Amino acid sequence: MKKSSFTNFFLGLPSFVWLVVFYAFPILIVLLLAFRPPDSNGGIGTGWTLQTLRELRNPSYPAIIWRTFWQGLVSTAVCIAVAVPISYQLSRTSSQKLRNTILLLIIVPFWTNFLIRIYAWRIFLHPEGAFKHLLVLIGVIPESTGLLYNQWAVLTVMIYTYIPFAVLPIYAISEKFDFSLMEAAKDLGASSFYAFRKIYLPGISKGIWTAVMVVLIPAFGAYLIPDLVGGSTSELIGDKIAQRVFVDRNLPHASALSALLMLGVFVPLILVSCLRKFQLKNQKKAEFMK
Amino acid sequence: MKKRCNRHSRLPVAITLLTLLFLYLPLVMVAIASFNASKYGGVWTGFSLKWYKALFKSREIWNALTNTLFIAFISTFFSTLLGTLSALALYRSKNRFKAIYHALIYTPLVVPDILMGISMLLLFVTTFSACGTWFQSVFGIELELGMTTIIIAHITFCMSYVAMVVLGRLQEFDHSLVEAAYDLGASGLYTFFHVTLPVILPGVIAGALFAFTLSIDDFVITFFVKGAGDTTLPIYIQSTMRHGSPAILNALSVIFLILTFILVFTTQKLLSNKTETHK
Repeated sequence: MKKSSFTNFFLGLPSFVWLVVFYAFPILIVLLLAFRPPDSNGGIGTGWTLQTLRELRNPSYPAIIWRTFWQGLVSTAVCIAVAVPISYQLSRTSSQKLRNTILLLIIVPFWTNFLIRIYAWRIFLHPEGAFKHLLVLIGVIPESTGLLYNQWAVLTVMIYTYIPFAVLPIYAISEKFDFSLMEAAKDLGASSFYAFRKIYLPGISKGIWTAVMVVLIPAFGAYLIPDLVGGSTSELIGDKIAQRVFVDRNLPHASALSALLMLGVFVPLILVSCLRKFQLKNQKKAEFMK
Repeated sequence: MKKRCNRHSRLPVAITLLTLLFLYLPLVMVAIASFNASKYGGVWTGFSLKWYKALFKSREIWNALTNTLFIAFISTFFSTLLGTLSALALYRSKNRFKAIYHALIYTPLVVPDILMGISMLLLFVTTFSACGTWFQSVFGIELELGMTTIIIAHITFCMSYVAMVVLGRLQEFDHSLVEAAYDLGASGLYTFFHVTLPVILPGVIAGALFAFTLSIDDFVITFFVKGAGDTTLPIYIQSTMRHGSPAILNALSVIFLILTFILVFTTQKLLSNKTETHK
């Protein structure tokens, strides 16, 4: 089949070249520019330096990095905690029509313009908005509390944005799950919750892992959400990168920060894919032993 | 199905309903506000369509819309072409090279927008400063950030989505059909146009619709690689949100929501056809 691999080469070539030039190579540039000094017109200076990396020891950064990290973790945890029961419910819904409708309802906000979703939250949490009035009326919060421009607003909108990201991969696996296994466990005396925990959750673990990746990684890079619904005390790494680019135009510094964020992206990516390979190997071994 | 509803916990139903409420409450509030005559959303002062009228009269919005659509059409065309080709290559290849290629196509799906944006900005800035003067002396064109750089960036991030959707479709397709065609003496090209393409076409169209939606939607990457005067709808929305009166945005949001609903509905229909025709 020599001919086939030849055509294959040509099929793959254009996209390969494109992605190397416009995706892989730029990432390399980011890593390299972190070792360059800035020049006075907002460009990149000549020569190599470690000064830019030293500037990362800015005293305000540890708090920002920590906040990026925990907000990412919390929003991922909440999204998964919500997505699992939804996927369970969806895959147990016997009416195909109802199932598709609910799925569609979950997907629509996901495809709605990102800025419009953020805008909707700014309206919803607005100090003059109906929701605020309602909360004050029932006495949950005093009149002086602002709902916008704090880290709770950021967290809420992040969760709002990423819920569909978590539901889709988990549901894709859950849909194929064999629910008779749970019935069997119950017939053998297991409680519903026990069967859910010991049979359903391991059964959909692949979907859960995918969901963790597709929520956690973009969450680490969140920039627009904290920028538009957060205040000065809820900035994340993404905001700092954007500020270095657009406010004080220090591209090497922005590269150094981006390199840091890249670590946060690629380390979990590689870790999870290694973990999965290891699991698959073990599974194959176990099957072979049988 | 057996009757077993009575043994079920109500919790998953409750969570599903609450999540839907959470997802739609802010959007519904905006829709209501878009018909409110009052400039500030707090109090209802009567039904009005004036925000919609203002929307259609706004020069800036029409300008931003034309740019957005121009970028979206061009980048959808190229990303669909490149993405479909790469899906075909991925589906057929079996060598060691595949893992690298796979990573190259799949990682852009998870890499945060801001990293893609800044890395492309730095690529353009360094290339322009390295060979900008040379390029101008040879071709007479000044290299600068603008529509071209936006389109290049959009093609890059849309491609992977198209590849993913088409590959999904390819994996469900019965490969023995292609072998049968070969056995009957069909050439490679003939088989591609008469067997493979008709099967993957819904996937290709769905991929193109995804690419189109993503391109229209993108703010972060565009913001990094755009030139000084370029506006797209998301850029317009962001700048209006930061300064100026956003009441007009309510109406814009509603129109966007309706369009998204139609787009998503069509895509879903296309992708779910497979269950009816192939199973």
